[in-house]
Order: sequence, then C-alpha cells, then structure tokens
Amino acid sequence: MAASDVVFRVKRYRPESGGRPTFQEYTIPYRNDMVVLDGLNYIKDHIDPTLTFRWSCRMGICGSCGADVNGQPRLTCGTYIRDVHKGAVTVEPLSNFPILKDLVVDFDDFLRKLASVTPYIVRKDWGDLTKEYVQYPEDVEAYRQQSLCINCMLCYAACPVFGSSPEFVGPAASALALRYNRDTRDEGADARLARLNTRTGVWECTFVGECSVVCPKDVDPAAAIQTLKFLATMRHMRRLLMPGSSSR
Amino acid sequence: MERTSFDIVVVGGGAAGLRTAIAAAEADPELTIALVSKVYPMRSHTVSAEGGTAAVLRDYDSFELHALDTIKGSDFLADQDAVEFFVARCPEEIIRLEHWGCPWSRDEDGRVSQRAFGGMSVKRTVYAADKVGFHILHTLFQTSMKYDRIHRFDEYFVTSLIVDGGACAGVVAMNLRGGTMVAIQGKATILATGGCGRVYEFTTNGFIKTGDGMALAYRAGVPLKDMEMVQFHPTCLPGTGILITEAARGEGGYLVNKDGERYMQRYLPSKMELGPRDILSRAMIQEMKAGRAFEGPYGLYMGLDLRHLGAKKINERIPMVRELVEKYMGLDPIHELIPVRPGQHYIMGGVSTNGKGETTLPGLYAVGETACVSINGANRLGSNSLSECLVFGAACGLAAAGFAKKKASYPRGAAAREALKKEEARVFDGVLGRERAKETVAGLRVEMQQLMERDVGIFREESALADACGMLGKMRDRFAAVGLADKDRVFNTELTAVLELDFMLDVALAIAHSARNRRESRGAHSRTDFPQRDDANYLKHTLAFRTDGPPRIDYVPVTVTKWQPVERKY
Repeated sequence: MAASDVVFRVKRYRPESGGRPTFQEYTIPYRNDMVVLDGLNYIKDHIDPTLTFRWSCRMGICGSCGADVNGQPRLTCGTYIRDVHKGAVTVEPLSNFPILKDLVVDFDDFLRKLASVTPYIVRKDWGDLTKEYVQYPEDVEAYRQQSLCINCMLCYAACPVFGSSPEFVGPAASALALRYNRDTRDEGADARLARLNTRTGVWECTFVGECSVVCPKDVDPAAAIQTLKFLATMRHMRRLLMPGSSSR
Repeated sequence: MERTSFDIVVVGGGAAGLRTAIAAAEADPELTIALVSKVYPMRSHTVSAEGGTAAVLRDYDSFELHALDTIKGSDFLADQDAVEFFVARCPEEIIRLEHWGCPWSRDEDGRVSQRAFGGMSVKRTVYAADKVGFHILHTLFQTSMKYDRIHRFDEYFVTSLIVDGGACAGVVAMNLRGGTMVAIQGKATILATGGCGRVYEFTTNGFIKTGDGMALAYRAGVPLKDMEMVQFHPTCLPGTGILITEAARGEGGYLVNKDGERYMQRYLPSKMELGPRDILSRAMIQEMKAGRAFEGPYGLYMGLDLRHLGAKKINERIPMVRELVEKYMGLDPIHELIPVRPGQHYIMGGVSTNGKGETTLPGLYAVGETACVSINGANRLGSNSLSECLVFGAACGLAAAGFAKKKASYPRGAAAREALKKEEARVFDGVLGRERAKETVAGLRVEMQQLMERDVGIFREESALADACGMLGKMRDRFAAVGLADKDRVFNTELTAVLELDFMLDVALAIAHSARNRRESRGAHSRTDFPQRDDANYLKHTLAFRTDGPPRIDYVPVTVTKWQPVERKY
C-alpha cells in the first residue's frame, strides 16, 4: 500500500457565518483501500474538526453518508478514492436538497412524501393474529427489489424533475409504494395509486432514468415508476368501466 | 410552537424504540408519544443486523429447548424467569412483523423459513436473506407512520434526563439543526439507544453506538448491570470491522486456519463452527497465538470458507456477505476465503431493568441492547437480540402506557425549566466554550478505544484491568480539558462527539471496574488469572453505581427457576 497524498475539495456552508457556500481544499495521506468517507473522517479527526457530515454504519446499509462525489451522488462509504481520484476528489452535499451545514442536507421533505404513499400493510381484516400469512418464495420475489431501498436519497439528488419541481413524490417513495402494492398481504393499492395519480405523482417523471443509475441497491425506481404509471392508468380505466371497483 | 409534553417519551428509533412506541400507541388511542432520536430513525444501527431473529415456530422445537439453549449460552447468568417470558413471546412478535409486511424468507410451502445459528440446537432463526435488521427496522419505521400520535423528534440528541421528585419526567435534548436545547417532558421515559460498541477500537458497531442511554440512566443513579459481559463476534473483516454474519456458518460455512484445517475440531468438536460466539472468538485467538493464522496488512486473521456452498446458495441466502466482501475486501467468496478476525459486537450488560423494562427510577424504562433484563447473561446467542428488542419493546410499551395512563397530569414545568437551564449552561457555556488545545475529542477517543481493546478485550487479567481502571480514571479527568474548534450551534458534530465521548468514558469505566471485580471466568468474561467459573461466589449479577470517584460495585442474585447451573459443556 503506497502512501501518497490526495486533495479533497469539499464544499463548505456554515449558516452561522453567513455567506455563500465555498470550497475548501485539504491534503490527506492516501492508501488504495480508502473510501471517500475515510478521507472525510481523516480531515475531521486530524485537520479540521469543523467539517460536518453524517455517517454511521460504514457498510452501505444505513444510508447516512450520501454526497455528490465529483458531481455524482454516491454513498461515500462505498466509493473508493482510487476509483474517483483524478488529481482531486470533489465532495459536495447531495444536490436538490436544502443544505443545513457543509455536507448535511435536510431530508424531512422525503419523509413526508414517504408517509403520503401509505408505506405499510393495509388490511380490513387482520385474521388470526397468531398465524403467519402464507406467502410463497415467488410472492416475496415480486416486491423484494423495491423493498431494498435504504432511503439514502441519491435518487432524489440525481433526479432533474425533483430538482425543478420539488413537489414531485420522487423515485424512492414511488418504489416503496410499488413495494407494498405488490405485496400479497396488502389491500391498500387503490389509495396508493390514487395518491400517485395526482399532480405531484408519478406522471411528473419524464423517465430520465438517472435515479436507477445512481441507486446503490439496484432498486430500479425508474422501472417502478413506469409500472406505477401503467397501474394508475389501469385503475383509471377500471373506474370508468366499473365504478366502485378497486385495484389489487 | 412545537408540543413538548407527552405521555411517553421514547429515546432511540431502532427496533427496540420503534416497537415500544408502536406498542404504546396501540395500547391506548389517547396516548401521545414522542420518538426522540439523534439520527433519522432508519439510520439506527438495527439496520446493520444481518443473520436473523429467533423464535419457536415449528413442531420440532419447543419453548423449553429455546430457553435451555439461551440459559446454557449465557453460562447460567441469565435470569431464568425472564428467559421463559422471552421465549414464549418470540413467536407472536415474529408473526406481528410478518403481518406488518416484513419480507421474511419463505419455504416452498409458503411458511417463514428458519436457519441454523450458533448455540441454537435446532433451526430456529427466522431471516430475510441476510438483511434482517435492515428489513425489521424499515418495516417498523414505516409501520410507525400509521400513528399520528407518534411525534418524531429526528436529530435531537438527548443530553440529560429530567428527574423530578424522585421520578423521571422526560429528557433535555439538543435540537441538532436548530442548535437549541429543549425539554421534552413525559410521564414515562424509555431509553432505547442501543449499545456502546464505539468504546472499543475494533467493533462491528456504527459510529452512533456510544452508550448514550446507559450513561443517561447511570448519571440519574440507576445501576448498570453485568457491564463486564461484552460480546466479541468471531467473523469481522480486518481493517474495517464490518460484520460477516453468523448465518454464513449457519448455512454451512467453515472456519479454517492457514493450513486449511477446520480448527474448531480442536476446541468444540460437537458444534464446530456453530458454537456460541464467546467460545469461537477465544478459539480464534488461541489459533493465532499458536501460529496458525494468516497474516495480512491489518494483522492476523483466519479464513471463513464458503466456497463449497456454491454460487446459488450464497446469492440466495447470504447475498450481503458477498456484496460486503466484494466491496470491502475485493474478494469473491464464491471462489476465495474471507479473511475474518474477532471484534466487539454487542454488550450483554446494560441498564438494570426487570421484564417490563422498569428501572429503579420510577417513570424510567430501558429496552433492547441498552437494557439488561437479563436474558443474555454472560453470553448472548446470535439471533436472540432482535427478538429481545421486539418482545421487550412490546412489553415495555404496554407497561409504560399503563404507567402514563395512571398519572393524571403531565410533569410540572418547573423541574423541566430548571433541567433545561442547567443543560444549556453545561453544554453551551461549558463544553462549547472550551477552547481547542492539546486534548482533542478524536485523540482522547482513540486512546480510550485502544486501551479497552488491549486491557478489557477477549482475555483479561488483574494487572491489565487495574491498568485500565487507572487510565480511564485519568482520561475522565483529562476530558475536562477537551476543547472545540467548532463554535457553531447548528449541527455541531464536534460538540455531539464530545458529549458522546463523555458518555462513553462513563460506560468504559463501568465495564472495566465490573470486569476487574468479577474474579472468575464465565461466558464472554474470560480471566486468564481465574480460568474457572465460580458459582459459589459469582452466580450473581454485577451492579455498577456511579459515584464521584470510581464506580461502586454491588451484586444481586441470579433468578434460577428450573435449570440448575451445571458445567457448560457442548
């Protein structure tokens, strides 16, 4: 492991000092098994304790440490410096979100959107509470991909539609809506499709597909949104032809 | 103006905290609940749990057997009444999660699958591939959104409990974004902040696992129980400490030394790789000392061999193992050995509670890894901890709801105002006001972590423990000189790191002193100078009480119902 140096250009924004975001450069010792998060922690612990960012699990599952690295939304714990290092590594807060401080952005808007798609099992009758519902391996497979979303928000940072229309429900919340609609235990599909068929719903999506490109868990929210458009259309047609019926 | 008085205040948004909040919300439609977390709940460390969660669901299994495995695994330090309560309620909690949408892996007949796990004598561990904690956390978090009465305080760091007239009346918390202190008052307060793995240098735990809830209770006069009982997981990736799940062995993986030998045949031939974690971690260290380990850039390691399992099984059952090993080691476990070594993973000890989560302070509860009921005794079996969060979360939520319901009025504001003022002065005028000098948070933290690693690790003995107690006492004093460079109020993560280090030093002192005082070997507590278990003197729980000096250590008996302590043989 050859030791050399790498330059981190990190965007700083400190609301209490006023002013606009600026870049600050740090030179850090580099090993080829370092991820971008290791670089940020080196700066925090050894150079500048004021640098502010979120992190926790450092294994790509908690979703805390997203940032734009050289202009691409990424989990900094899963991005090796060796793969992005072209003279310097530029680290900026995730695009499209309000910046709270340095690399920390505000995700509250997403949590409201997630709540708006009824992200839980809906049933009229829960049946025998002591017995598991039968679900075959292929039933689980039907929603497994969408259930892997870690809410890291990289897809929102990559989405030009969300960037220009912040009310858009967005990729992750849509994928999670589809996750519940595809679950054989759920009866809430109709309400979710109604929500997604609104002005701020899936029709906003112009199928750029960047959300699926940046997703670290292969959730493929772009495909989920296209499926939801189809399901929303089917629901609309059915309601015209068979008033009072509901989607399944 | 944000509401700041609630019936119930839950601190922590992981599996234990969320399960508690939902149970309280379901118990009574009138109750208001605050869920206070220093991170967005879906970032909580439950998310990193991998292998599974235990419950008796099939005819080949029984509560009796789950209880016996747990008690034997605990080296007879578990309270047997608590274990009996626990095993009987695991199935309903697993089914509850199933009804709420948790994507458990299924058998061909549509039933929830179960896999083998260390120390469990039959296939008892329910799983969702190897992302069990992730799925439990997101299922609970999303389900919690059903309840408008669960009012979230996301990214609020609790700095102190409000104690009024000998009872807990809520918390004082720092709103990280606003950079202000707030008092969040509650008739009942539940601590569910997880463990304290970051007290050690090499740990599977996330950065946020700093023992906050343990220190909060400890400072309010509540004892910490069995803190010497620290679990080291045998299979962690060298360098990062990232966990490779026990499910890798549950699905048939081997542990091998540099000669390619399945060395567990020397230590535990009856169980081999599926022995309990304390025994496996010790065996690994012994193999290293015997010169049969591999050597790499991050020191000695052993091999975890999954190659014989084949690509299909690996991809279906333990996909995250492959993902993590490829990403963080640059190796493909389908074709190559996984380098592993033991690392801190869990603490069996915690805030002393009974089976309802009640502590000695009225109105204060603790649950999950923060608490010590104790069902885990001196060594927890893999896949009992998620079940513990669920079972005792539900029990604690119900108990706290009943307690809150009986209290007609909210706590009076005077105590809260006073506590708030005190914390504002302590944190903003005191800690934040200290100028940066020689002592830094990062410097002192790593010294503490390395000390704990060296002196209070897998094998322990008197001189090292005495050294640790002395050094930690000095670090406790040095902490007063830790200064800060960041003087901002908004999202000051240097400030939270200092407050977390303050908590961790308390917890580390409790661990080291509890370990020094237990002059026997039991479960994960392995004293080279006292290698035998000593039931005559130590079949009891350690209690550590905070004082102005070193912790005061006391003992209480272990509850034995029907399993008389015998030698722990597998």
